[in-house]
Amino acid sequence: MSVVDRPLASPGYSEADSYPTHHFLNHSHGILSWALTLDHKRIGLMYLVGVMSSFALGGLFALMIRIHLWNFQDGWLSNKTYNQVFTLHGAIMVFLFIIPSIPAALGNFLLPIMLGTKDVAFPRLNLMSFYLWITGLVFFLAALSITGLDTGWTFYTPYSIDTQQGGAVLAATFGVFVLGFSSIFTGLNFIVTINTMRPPGMSWFRMPLFLWALYSTSIIQVLATPVLGITVLLLSAERLLGIGIFDPKLNGDPVTFQHFFWFYSHPAVYIMILPAMGIISELMSVHCHKGIFGYRMIAYSSIAIALFGFLVWGHHMFTSGMADVTAVVFSALTFTVSIPSAIKVFNWLGTMYQGTVSLNTPMLYALAFIFLFTIGGLTGLPLGALSTDMHFHDTYFVVAHFHYVMMGGTLVAFLGGVFHWWPKMTGRMFNDKLGIVSAIIVFVGFNLTFLPQFVLGSRGMPRRYATYLPEFQPLHQLSTIGSLTLGSGLLLALIVLLMSLVNGKKAPRNPWGGATLEWECASPPPHDNFSSAPTVGDPYDFSNIEYDGKTGGYVKRA
Amino acid sequence: MSFILADKVAPYAWFPDGASSFVNQVDTLFTVIMWICVVFFVPIVIAMGYFMWKFRERPGYRGSPEALHNNLIEITWTVVPTIIVVWIFWEGAMGYLDMSRIPKGTIDVNVTAKKWNWAFKYENGGEHETIAVSESNVKELPLLVLPVERDIKIIMRSEDVLHSFYIPAFRAKRDVVPGRYNYLWFRPTVEGVYDLFCTEYCGDNHSQMIAKVKVVKEAEYRKALEKAVQEPEDPIERGKLLYKRQGCSTCHNAGSEGASGPGPSYNGSWGKKVQLESGEEVDFDENYVERSILNPQAQARKGYGKASPMNSYAGKLKKDQIEALIAFIKSLENSTAAGKK
Repeated sequence: MSVVDRPLASPGYSEADSYPTHHFLNHSHGILSWALTLDHKRIGLMYLVGVMSSFALGGLFALMIRIHLWNFQDGWLSNKTYNQVFTLHGAIMVFLFIIPSIPAALGNFLLPIMLGTKDVAFPRLNLMSFYLWITGLVFFLAALSITGLDTGWTFYTPYSIDTQQGGAVLAATFGVFVLGFSSIFTGLNFIVTINTMRPPGMSWFRMPLFLWALYSTSIIQVLATPVLGITVLLLSAERLLGIGIFDPKLNGDPVTFQHFFWFYSHPAVYIMILPAMGIISELMSVHCHKGIFGYRMIAYSSIAIALFGFLVWGHHMFTSGMADVTAVVFSALTFTVSIPSAIKVFNWLGTMYQGTVSLNTPMLYALAFIFLFTIGGLTGLPLGALSTDMHFHDTYFVVAHFHYVMMGGTLVAFLGGVFHWWPKMTGRMFNDKLGIVSAIIVFVGFNLTFLPQFVLGSRGMPRRYATYLPEFQPLHQLSTIGSLTLGSGLLLALIVLLMSLVNGKKAPRNPWGGATLEWECASPPPHDNFSSAPTVGDPYDFSNIEYDGKTGGYVKRA
Repeated sequence: MSFILADKVAPYAWFPDGASSFVNQVDTLFTVIMWICVVFFVPIVIAMGYFMWKFRERPGYRGSPEALHNNLIEITWTVVPTIIVVWIFWEGAMGYLDMSRIPKGTIDVNVTAKKWNWAFKYENGGEHETIAVSESNVKELPLLVLPVERDIKIIMRSEDVLHSFYIPAFRAKRDVVPGRYNYLWFRPTVEGVYDLFCTEYCGDNHSQMIAKVKVVKEAEYRKALEKAVQEPEDPIERGKLLYKRQGCSTCHNAGSEGASGPGPSYNGSWGKKVQLESGEEVDFDENYVERSILNPQAQARKGYGKASPMNSYAGKLKKDQIEALIAFIKSLENSTAAGKK
């Protein structure tokens, strides 16, 4: 039997053989059973709720910005409020959503199951990192909202150490640092788990690519985040002891702050995009029912991106007046990152070739990712090249570029991943037709929002402007219409997911035909994941996976 | 710098009209990069669309489950992009070095950035005029007049936070960093009026920190320079101009103009007695005004002893300029004190 025989309409399968009556969701009851859980699946789900709520909050701020910019002046926010809103938008999206989104939520849930183990190496550390995240979140949100911080998410000195801002910035960066610790612990946990708990037979090059991506990400988290701690320490020393480091009034140098900040925050960009690339590698192979093209190249390119990502921070400062040699070296290093990224895109396309492409919701999000990420990557070229960057730096061109990478890339991949693993996490199938509609609306809305911003930037429209010249108005309005479209697409995606909890069909063990280990345990998985150690095979061997009409899912032929 | 491709490729329609010697390099490089992007992007999307249709899951079709791997293809799609980005890097770096190496014999302009305005000072010490505009939330903008076809060096400093000096039509940008001078040079090539933006976030009115640049023939520029140092005959008018030009207006209120602090207002004080910090009372007359300009702390008014200290203007103002300022303050004899004390 092959996939050809799959009944396309309403599979009337029996649920008994795949849907477990006892699983991690009903393993124990009560709030404490969640609050004190050491189960990586429950921690992952709690993170999922947390990051999705953060995203909703950050998204509302984004819509406030876009609505304000409908008119070139006299928008509904004052300049000061506008500045606070874009600070909140950026800070929430970066620190509370994108950085933890994939590793902490999906990674936590999936990493041990993909390894065929019961849990991560340090389950208590895992719970602690969740509480650190909550603490950092509360601290950070309080600092942002109580003090009305308006420095932008980059906290550039000396604006950020002005008398009224100084305390707020310390509080906010401290919050970021606590969040950073959460990220370090998660990273450490993943590194140890992958190093020590791989099952017999799973060599490094038989590991699912999502795990390669998480591994690379964890390395960056562990190495880069401490620099943020040093920055906070220096900021405090400057403020409390009056030692001149970043403040020109004390003979400090504001550009030094930028170096410190981007030494963390640029690698953080790869903390955001690498796990997304990992998700896409999984989605492309599973929904094409075909082994991934050039497995080794994808694995190596993850590591390459993680390493090169440490060496390119200076490209955020090309116009700061740094020495010519420094600028030229940073520009050269910046281009090295483009190559491994390009390789991945080609490999994903190669995976489709001669496969069996299922055009379902996760797959459409994955395809949208490839489209949007490619635009995001290519528009990085004129920003990495020095002379053209002199024109584009700090304009809407940059805004559009990093939204294509961060949102078109990471967020879209995250959504694809959530849809892909939703049946595994919740045991419910979502409405695929509505899911597809949401993917299309998100795709259209996204491009409508950010394509006009490339043109705005090319024409010289600077970033972070609460008012602007009238000639830019039509493009801004187009972008605002796009953002509302995008917002409604995302809302629909959320509705589709929530609806599945109410009336979704029970999910089979392996609804998409994946070959990695998580598809071998029940949906949702039991508390201990596997009753007996699973047999490890090639994670991308689809030759013996076949559709089973009885369960509505796929089974491995013995 | 030599380009592999044509000497001048038509710039994209969405770019603003260029007006400096950097435009050709930047626009040409960008145009070439755009075409490289198109050459990569279009086939990627076509392949994706074709594969979506050709290999779609459907009854009667089953694709191969085998993972593919092809060394030749993989090496090709690694090496070709590498060569291309090396070239892009090289052109970008060469163009940048031209931008950052300042030629000899430039016309220098001192630029001071502060929240939230630009101040331009010409080589002869003259200061910028303003231009009336009908743009967002502002009625008047500082106007920088520059000669066409001359190398201009911008010497920048900031009085407070980071700013960035950006003229889109010139494709020129440089951050203004407090605590150090930063430099930028360019050569305007087309006469006209252009926008100047602050592109580094600097607080509340960041988006209103804009100015205009007017590129004119050199003779006209010379005339503007002369005008920039000219002072009117009428002593009151001259005093009023000096009040703005010398920066008095940033701390002192006069009539309905100027800041409402930290210095005392000029309004309605002339001829009256003023209380000093020491408790003493003195006449507000010619002597008092002159002394306060030359030695501001000697007779600080009550309540202003601890205000942000004013620097002495001794040596900065000529005798007849001080007289003009006195005449101006005298003319405010009957103005009511606006705002604070």
